[in-house]
Amino acid sequence: MRRLSGFIYFEKRLNTPRASVFIITVLSVFLSLVLGGVFLSVTGHDPIEIYSKMFSGVFGSSFGLSETLVRAIPLMILGLGISVAFRMQLWNIGAEGQIYMGAFAASWVPLTFPHLPTYIMLPAMITAAMLAGGLWALIPAIPRAYLGVNEIITTLMLNYVAILWVEYLVFGPWRDPQGFNFPLSAPFPEAARLGSLGGSRVHGGILFALVIAVIIYIIINRTRWGYEIKVIGESEAAARYAGMDIRRNILLVMLLSGAICGLAGMSEVSGISGRLQHGVSPGYGYTAIIVAWLAKLNPFVIIVAAILFGGLQVGGYMVQSSGISAAVATMLQGAILFFVLGGEVFNRYRIRLGRREAP
Amino acid sequence: MTDTGQTNVLVLILATAVTAGTPILYAALGELLTERSGVINLGVEGMMLIGAVSGFMTAVVFKNPWAGVAAALLAGGAVALIHAFLTITLRTNQVVSGLALTIFGTGLSGYLGKSFIGLPLPVPFTSRPLGMLSEIPFFGPVFFNHDPLVYLTYLLVPALWVFIYKMRPGMHLRALGENPSAADSLGVKVFLSRYMYVVAGGMLAGVGGAYLSLAYAPSWLENMTAGRGWIAVALVIFALWNPLRAMVGAYIFGGIDALGLRLQVLGVMIPSFFLQMMPYIFTILVLVVVLGKNRSARTGSPGALGIPFDREER
Repeated sequence: MRRLSGFIYFEKRLNTPRASVFIITVLSVFLSLVLGGVFLSVTGHDPIEIYSKMFSGVFGSSFGLSETLVRAIPLMILGLGISVAFRMQLWNIGAEGQIYMGAFAASWVPLTFPHLPTYIMLPAMITAAMLAGGLWALIPAIPRAYLGVNEIITTLMLNYVAILWVEYLVFGPWRDPQGFNFPLSAPFPEAARLGSLGGSRVHGGILFALVIAVIIYIIINRTRWGYEIKVIGESEAAARYAGMDIRRNILLVMLLSGAICGLAGMSEVSGISGRLQHGVSPGYGYTAIIVAWLAKLNPFVIIVAAILFGGLQVGGYMVQSSGISAAVATMLQGAILFFVLGGEVFNRYRIRLGRREAP
Repeated sequence: MTDTGQTNVLVLILATAVTAGTPILYAALGELLTERSGVINLGVEGMMLIGAVSGFMTAVVFKNPWAGVAAALLAGGAVALIHAFLTITLRTNQVVSGLALTIFGTGLSGYLGKSFIGLPLPVPFTSRPLGMLSEIPFFGPVFFNHDPLVYLTYLLVPALWVFIYKMRPGMHLRALGENPSAADSLGVKVFLSRYMYVVAGGMLAGVGGAYLSLAYAPSWLENMTAGRGWIAVALVIFALWNPLRAMVGAYIFGGIDALGLRLQVLGVMIPSFFLQMMPYIFTILVLVVVLGKNRSARTGSPGALGIPFDREER
């Protein structure tokens, strides 16, 4: 037992019951929304009105629900990609750039070979996107593995480069001559489109997410590689002592993480826009970090958390009509992550009140 | 082009390098203090944005840019306090808490600044030649023809250097980041001091953001920092946690920023997208070169950086 301040004591828990982890996470999300509401009312808005507008915008119509899923799909795939790296304490903050590079490479296939049949086109787009995303993530992984260069900054810097690269393409060489000068590529042929479900905008990308979730679950929990990833994440020293090749794992894990994130780029251009365009992702790569952390890196919980955050984003757009910035959703996301982080202390420690001296 | 014409272009580029480097310099000095105390704060980008928006709003309302700087100091320090509480008291993951701060700051600044987008600032900071100094050939126009916030860094950087390397509280600060248990037994209040340095870091990041909205731009735009907060984090590593090196580094980054703008004006036929990529690519190259060649960048980092202090576990 140790003294924190005059009156709070932390006592380490030996094990944390699953139910309490769940309850604490839900409570954290709830509390952050309450505090967000207080903040909204202090700054002159009616929180009840804003929240109910968000809620009815999301759940009040089939359009709101399907839009929520549409936004949840990239969050699922990116969250899963990020979770693999985070599991090993590799901070891949570059999902935003990897989704852009995936979108770029996936678009290159139909724009260069427009006459391929679907059964070659779609697999080729998937392969190109995963390769591009994976290689993009490998760029920061190599200096990390060999020189110890912090991957947080390098992955993040590459986000800006990837976004500018796609902007260069859609404003420049790839701009559709028939596109009235909008920053868009030419539309893809029908063979390059992922089918949608039942006439909504929800597309086949959701199947990618589910398949990847199962694969990641198996890799992490049922294979030797997954075991190594977990051990390295817990303690690099212990892993080295056990003879695990840390460099090789850094490279492979970043490659896998980036490849999954790249796939999200393919599913966006093929499933939603049907062309490469300016603003492929409105910051999905950053929101997905929160999704992965909130889900405690569990692949199936990531699917659920992504839907929650998809809804939050749709809600953010719904309140724009009352003259409020959609940034309110980003702010709430940050607040949720603060509270979830803060709430974790209850999983790790028992908090005792009272004035006692440390032994 | 004549010789004097070329010199003028060079002077112009270097002078812009100083102003473009100043917001990064403020943020890097703040992060340097925070990291010296043993805490990483990756929320610099968010704290800069909050400083930029609160500084701009306050300067518009009070029609005084210094009021804006004061507001940015307070706001930057206040949000840094969240990070301090989470990482020092609750001992949560510093990386994730910093990311949360960046996301939160991006959203909060966008929400607060909605109605200020595109508004002109009635009273921006303007250049005031610094008397005799501005008359020195070449150096005068490069360094001494700027606004007061630039001149303030000329005092702040040497002051921080003296503080860190020559003064007793600076020695305690270094001990705090190297070996908090030793600092603790020296009688340094580890928790309180770390709180102070994290908040000080947030205040300086806030001023860096306010420099963008009150002097450099001067206006408010969502996400106007465009990654400068992250560049500042990289700059601290480049600087090996030394304020003087941070100043040199900030001007190099500023110069690359400025060069991109100038090359376009000079009609160089490179698409602007590639020029805009340069600071980000340069940041990566700098990190790779500094960490590859210079092992002290690894050994030079504060020994206990990122590790929460726990009296029981020493």
